[in-house]
Amino acid sequence: MENYLQTSGRIFDIQKYSIHDGPGIRTIVFLKGCAFRCRWCCNPESQNYAVERMVRGGEEKLYGEDVTVEEVMREVMKDWPHFRRSGGGLTLSGGETLLQPDFASALLFAAHREGINTAIESTGFAKFSTIKNKILPYLDLFLMDIKHMDSAKHREFTTQPNDLVLENARKIAQTGQNLIIRVPVVPTFNATTAEIRAIAEFAASLPGVTRLHLLPYHRLGQDKYAGLNRPYLLEQILPPSTEQMEELKAEAEKTGLLVQIGG
Amino acid sequence: MKDFFCGEVNKSPRIAKLISDLYAELPVIEADRAEIVTRVYKETEGETIVERRGKVFQAICEELPIIIRPGELIVGSNAQAPRGCQVFPEYSFAWLEEEFDTVATRTADPFYISEDTKKRLHEAYKYWPGKTTSELATSLMAPETLMAIKHNIFTTGNYFYNGIGHFTVNYGKVLEIGFDGIRAEAQEALSKCKVSDADYAQRSTFLRAVITCCKAAVTYANRYAKLALSEAEKCQDPERKKELLVIASNCAHVPAKPARNFYEACQSFWFVQMLIQTESSGHSISPGRFDQYMYLYFKKDFEAGNITREFAQELLDCIWVKFNDLNKVRDAVSAEGFAGYSLFQNLIVGGQDKEGLDASNDLSSMCLEAAMHVRLPAPSLSIRVWNGSPQKLLMKAAEVTRTGIGLPAYYNDEVIIPALLSRGISLEDARNYSIIGCVEPQAPGKTDGWHDAAFFNMCRPLEMVFSNGYEDGDRVGLQTGELSEFQDFESFYNAYKKQMNYFIGLLVNSDNSIDVAHAERCPLPFQSSMVEDCIGRGLPMQRGGAVYNFTGPQGFGIANMTDALYAIKTLVFEQKKYTLQEFSEAMDDNFGQGIPKGKAASLTVEVAKQLSAAGRTVGEKEIASILREIQNQSVAPDKKAKYEQMLKDILSLPKYGNDNDEIDMFARDVAYTYTKPMEQYRNPRGGMYQAGLYPVSANVPLGAQTGATPDGRLAETPIADGVGPAAGRDTLGPTATVNSVAKLDHGIASNGTLFNQKFHPSALSGVEGLQKFVALIRAYFDQKGMHMQFNVVSREMLLDAQAHPEQYKNLVVRVAGYSALFTTLSKSLQDDIINRTTQGF
Repeated sequence: MENYLQTSGRIFDIQKYSIHDGPGIRTIVFLKGCAFRCRWCCNPESQNYAVERMVRGGEEKLYGEDVTVEEVMREVMKDWPHFRRSGGGLTLSGGETLLQPDFASALLFAAHREGINTAIESTGFAKFSTIKNKILPYLDLFLMDIKHMDSAKHREFTTQPNDLVLENARKIAQTGQNLIIRVPVVPTFNATTAEIRAIAEFAASLPGVTRLHLLPYHRLGQDKYAGLNRPYLLEQILPPSTEQMEELKAEAEKTGLLVQIGG
Repeated sequence: MKDFFCGEVNKSPRIAKLISDLYAELPVIEADRAEIVTRVYKETEGETIVERRGKVFQAICEELPIIIRPGELIVGSNAQAPRGCQVFPEYSFAWLEEEFDTVATRTADPFYISEDTKKRLHEAYKYWPGKTTSELATSLMAPETLMAIKHNIFTTGNYFYNGIGHFTVNYGKVLEIGFDGIRAEAQEALSKCKVSDADYAQRSTFLRAVITCCKAAVTYANRYAKLALSEAEKCQDPERKKELLVIASNCAHVPAKPARNFYEACQSFWFVQMLIQTESSGHSISPGRFDQYMYLYFKKDFEAGNITREFAQELLDCIWVKFNDLNKVRDAVSAEGFAGYSLFQNLIVGGQDKEGLDASNDLSSMCLEAAMHVRLPAPSLSIRVWNGSPQKLLMKAAEVTRTGIGLPAYYNDEVIIPALLSRGISLEDARNYSIIGCVEPQAPGKTDGWHDAAFFNMCRPLEMVFSNGYEDGDRVGLQTGELSEFQDFESFYNAYKKQMNYFIGLLVNSDNSIDVAHAERCPLPFQSSMVEDCIGRGLPMQRGGAVYNFTGPQGFGIANMTDALYAIKTLVFEQKKYTLQEFSEAMDDNFGQGIPKGKAASLTVEVAKQLSAAGRTVGEKEIASILREIQNQSVAPDKKAKYEQMLKDILSLPKYGNDNDEIDMFARDVAYTYTKPMEQYRNPRGGMYQAGLYPVSANVPLGAQTGATPDGRLAETPIADGVGPAAGRDTLGPTATVNSVAKLDHGIASNGTLFNQKFHPSALSGVEGLQKFVALIRAYFDQKGMHMQFNVVSREMLLDAQAHPEQYKNLVVRVAGYSALFTTLSKSLQDDIINRTTQGF
């Protein structure tokens, strides 16, 4: 890949010592911009591609920065000693990573050149050829969000139908890519045994997929909406209880998948 | 790599009972030892000091009341009351007499003292004025040293008020040949002395004292044998009767003779451990590589089927409880600095053997198991880590860490061994290192390391630069120039270095004076009998009898000084946003954040003095109103706004602890201002000075004596602990913090560095959580970090424990180089622990 170090893209955060998103100790790079507007999203500042202002802790700050792969990798590789000891590496998250395919591709390529593990957290919302040609060659682990099997409800809560997501999930699985399905469990949206079971059935039907992560909805992002001067639509919803999560886990396990709560 | 057992072992129901008995009541101060030592001193006036010390130890062994606590399998207590303590008037006594009426109610480490004990101690104390080590030490110090101490630039109070301690004897030798064997060695050495030898007097008197002590230790054990026998005769419970008979048989045999089995080795070890702590009040009597010298006995018994793993574990657990039975009362100020009734008995497992092979064995794992079983602060459990450390032992250690007791502490062979080599220690001895007290590495059984010789507050010399060496009208430091004279950062930084060098020299004067006082007044033949090469050299440790001699004083405040000097460099000299005078004024005004408690109190005293000098009556009412007036004095609004902007500007600068090379490399240089000058100094025992970088818990009380600093730290608040970043200033998570701290030169701080991290339990959940935790430690050590330790508790739990201490009596937290029960700590130290950054989510 030529000139990959100079490829640039837009990010809004780099988070170190991530221990719940892939193997080992990882650094997550958050790419800005998303095609979805999920109501529960805990990083609303990730959604717009435009650089924007958000008030946090009483102070207004700019979110969104254009950086080169070289600059990102300089920061990421500071934790090389930790990647080496733990088998960790780089995780790309968002936003939707795939909306900046060249940047994501160059980052994953660079990470592989350094010999560290790579992962992305994504909904797979892109043309399959893009995923296949730009992402998968440099990817160790695909953490793919599947939120609902009912396209209408999917669209209602995320603003997008689920057809492309499901289609890509199958195609990605067919390439033999190491793929884990992740489900944000959101009360009033998908937190019933039937809905979770349906997603699990689908995941289990994908060739090679053995693992499912149930990620309980949390409200840590709520005050960000106020900071962005945007309404928070899930005001009335409480995070699922531990018992409820256990029940959903048991239900999903009936498909034969290995299910865990949390990443 | 050889394999070893690393699994779980059942816990005996006996252990919970022993623990609840131990913590049933407030610990008690007892007078017996003080009376014995006073009487023997009176009887032996005119004899050589070393022989007098031998006789003191003999009388203690013959007369100190003994007790077998209900259900004990390992016996030997130096006080009648559980966790009770004796006192040591030969070192210092005035403070205790002054604190008789407050010692039971003080916040840090209270002790009960009866009226009868007060009377008996008062009587004994009449003998001691003018005769203690502390008084002699004071008389030997230079006036400028006393001035620096008066102004709290550093404190050498630890060895000033107490015995030295801080060593590991050759426990293995006692197990192997017994005190009869050591006595025979001393006797042989004595028989080789020629009366015409130049050092005959010194050598022969010392050896005679050693012989006296060896016999005394045997006498002490025999008293226990008799007591156990008589209790067995009276005992109605046939099970306990049997146990008492075994105890009697053990005590009749060890520590006089070689241990014949694991149980005897345990008992012999314990007699050594507790008797050392009746000879002197020095703490940090560290068992060292317990899993190594005890292993032989375990292996033989276990392989022959003479002992079950469960019973061996029960014996270890019993010893673990006993470590917590030993206690010591300190003066109120020191108690704050060493809070948590801690004796710093550091016991270390794992690591390499003398030949560089991994030394982990069944006992390494069973020691970790014991810590999980008893969940008590002592012993300070440590583990050695090197590139070849077995993963399963580290995983087990991580499991212990996850319980939240703050144990074990992790040490890096790959840094410590070369550091010791650089100090002239042989390769074999360096590979065999163990840890003393908090974090101090040394060659066990061969070293008198004076490892905790001082706390040096690196913030205070900077205050001296700002005040041109003056404080409260006293000339304390060097006159390094008026603030207006500094034209560039270089000259300002040089002024700081000059103040540092000056005070380090005074610290050396203070320690060396105390060193001489101990040699003159308190040579200790019993401990010397078990440290190489005292018998060979015919000298007690206090005169350089040990093979390796060091003095290791601790500096702390690196994070604050790094951030502070960096703020001056950028805001004053580069951006020219503020002048040094403006900084000085802001610090005097505590950045407009209110007059701190201590300063308000001293200003009140000042005003009251002036008023009464002017002939006014100043009663309680007047003082209260003066104080109120001072507290209500507020900074003018325009100034307050300016200070707030200033704090904001300071806060926005890069801070040590976020993996930013520029400031982290600056931190490395700041640490050198303490560690490098130290290397040039020598002590009276023929050894060198070597710096450590850690504050124990003194960063809290000594922070309370420090004004606001240019890093935005407010007056009288804690100084950063250890080598870590200042509380709350590392914001990028543990890997960034770890990377920053590893950029310091740990190898030159061969007396130890201390790095605290606090984790939320969720960061260690599941096997994967443990693996990632171990990886983090390994990654820190790959980058040449030296030591790391962890508190794994949620902030909410600590806050709840503060509110409801009664529900958290067993909550053990990591304080500094040791763990303590959270609820026994003072409020300010509790706050400090809560405010250290919590890593994890």
